[in-house]
Amino acid sequence: MPLLDLAQRQHENWIPMKAIELIAAKLDMAEIRVLEVATFYTMFNLKPVGKYFLQACTTTPCWLRGSDEMMRAIKDRYQISSGQTSACGRFSLLEVECLGACVNAPILQVNDDFYEDLDYQSTGALLCSLETDAPLAVGSVLGRSGSEPTTGATTLAAGKPGKAATGATKKRSQANA
Amino acid sequence: MLNDADRIFTNIYGWGDAGLKGAKARGDWDKTAKLLALGHDEIIERMKASGLRGRGGAGFPTGLKWSFMPKEVKDRPHYLVVNADESEPGTCKDRDIIRHEPHKLLEGCVIAGFAMRAHAAYIYIRGEFVNEARRLQAEINEAYDAGLLGKDAAKSGWAFDIYLHRGAGAYICGEETALLESLEGRKGQPRLKPPFPAGVGLYGCPTTVNNVESIAVAPTILRRGADWFAGLGKENNTGTKLFCISGHVNNPCNVEEEMGIPLRELLEKHAGGVRGGWDNLLAVIPGGSSTPLMPKDVCADITMDFDALRNAGTGLGTAGIIVMDKSTDVVKAISRLSYFYKHESCGQCTPCREGTGWMWRMMERLVRGEAESHEIDTLEQVTRQIEGHTICALGDAAAWPIQGLIKHFRPEIERRIAARHAVDAVNAAE
Repeated sequence: MPLLDLAQRQHENWIPMKAIELIAAKLDMAEIRVLEVATFYTMFNLKPVGKYFLQACTTTPCWLRGSDEMMRAIKDRYQISSGQTSACGRFSLLEVECLGACVNAPILQVNDDFYEDLDYQSTGALLCSLETDAPLAVGSVLGRSGSEPTTGATTLAAGKPGKAATGATKKRSQANA
Repeated sequence: MLNDADRIFTNIYGWGDAGLKGAKARGDWDKTAKLLALGHDEIIERMKASGLRGRGGAGFPTGLKWSFMPKEVKDRPHYLVVNADESEPGTCKDRDIIRHEPHKLLEGCVIAGFAMRAHAAYIYIRGEFVNEARRLQAEINEAYDAGLLGKDAAKSGWAFDIYLHRGAGAYICGEETALLESLEGRKGQPRLKPPFPAGVGLYGCPTTVNNVESIAVAPTILRRGADWFAGLGKENNTGTKLFCISGHVNNPCNVEEEMGIPLRELLEKHAGGVRGGWDNLLAVIPGGSSTPLMPKDVCADITMDFDALRNAGTGLGTAGIIVMDKSTDVVKAISRLSYFYKHESCGQCTPCREGTGWMWRMMERLVRGEAESHEIDTLEQVTRQIEGHTICALGDAAAWPIQGLIKHFRPEIERRIAARHAVDAVNAAE
């Protein structure tokens, strides 16, 4: 699995059959064993995807918080639905299952990064920033540092920083750059 | 309400430094060697005394689980495996522990590993958490550099290594034996039990699989004493717990609270209450998507602990609370969960592979009312045929939400069917 992940990272975010053959040879395994693992896990792309791979969570907790609006923003902009790539070839959309950040729903995962607390407008702004290759800071678009309530935490008052901290999320996006 | 002084995860919102320096200032890694000096069995006894029940969903007593490991290491090494494949819809607590309190988890690994006589721990993190995995790996490296891990972990004389393994997008890998299969590099399809992992686990060796939260609370429990932990919460449901509140509340959030807190108090104190006020509440899913929903009248005075929720016909699960207000199309909400389970079924057992798809298609018809009333009973019967007839609990998890829906919202489903029939009758007459 780490080799498949590596191959995908080295090859524009998808794994060609050639890479599977190579991995099988390297690990001294039958190709079918590698292929069956590659097809079992959803994160391995066996077909080309755009530079920005948009994975939109639409499972119930995100859906309750308006993931339909997030999807609508993407569809309105690129006229694509799940599994398709935009005409410009740079954006691919996939509806995925729970991304495990339900308190910050709805979530859009762009390649490795989570964008949280989205709605129609902020999704548009995010896509706009991606088009110019200057992505917004990773994390909550509402400026939450984690999963505290938007109006301020009700607990742990002593540790609270002077202003709403977005430091942690900014640090993460730099690590990716 | 729980005092801040009694909270274990004091940096859960990531305001402070999550790194080693910040963690030490919060008390992590403080005289870890002294804790290990208690001895393998004493640590397990104290964990048992604390009453901690597994935080991954099933609520199995953690100390008891550790005690199932063989008392002597024979020809096969022992392993600790940490389940960080957090994928249950509604649950997002482990992610916050990993990115904001990673050293609680790492120290917990050393202590738990030592207690079960293991020299290595594998942390299996879900593939989508790329940044979280990077953060955790950086902290593991830092702990090695500081001598907290390695040949002489925290100067205790016990050698301990931690390996991080990334998944690649499969909910089923949160099931412990599927996780082990995946760790070994195969498709994540659950194994038959017995043999249980404590006998034959990772690479055929004795293994214990624990949730992130269960491991991360262990150091604090030992430091502050089992009595302290056991004194919080309710009998048989002790201690504190991270609750994830999502859906139709004014301020969705994660918060650490005492076990057994009333649901209404939890929502109103921390999450800003239900959107549109308490009277606008329709239903709550209390413990991640697998647990059956509760209608408003049950929510009014239910407390959030394993036993109370089980008595109410549902469960605490992972404490991922999904709130739905009256604007929710509840049939569609559950149907969306049915789609989730269809998508995530590993395809190994026939009842689950075929049943999850069948249930989803049936649910989609019920959303539109394109059915007959007696088909609701058929659906209910099919859920009973799936439940308990599969290797792992995914079949059960797919069946329970639908059973909950039929139990509490049958009139709503029937109303839709009647409405649809009325429309059809008009169309036919024209």
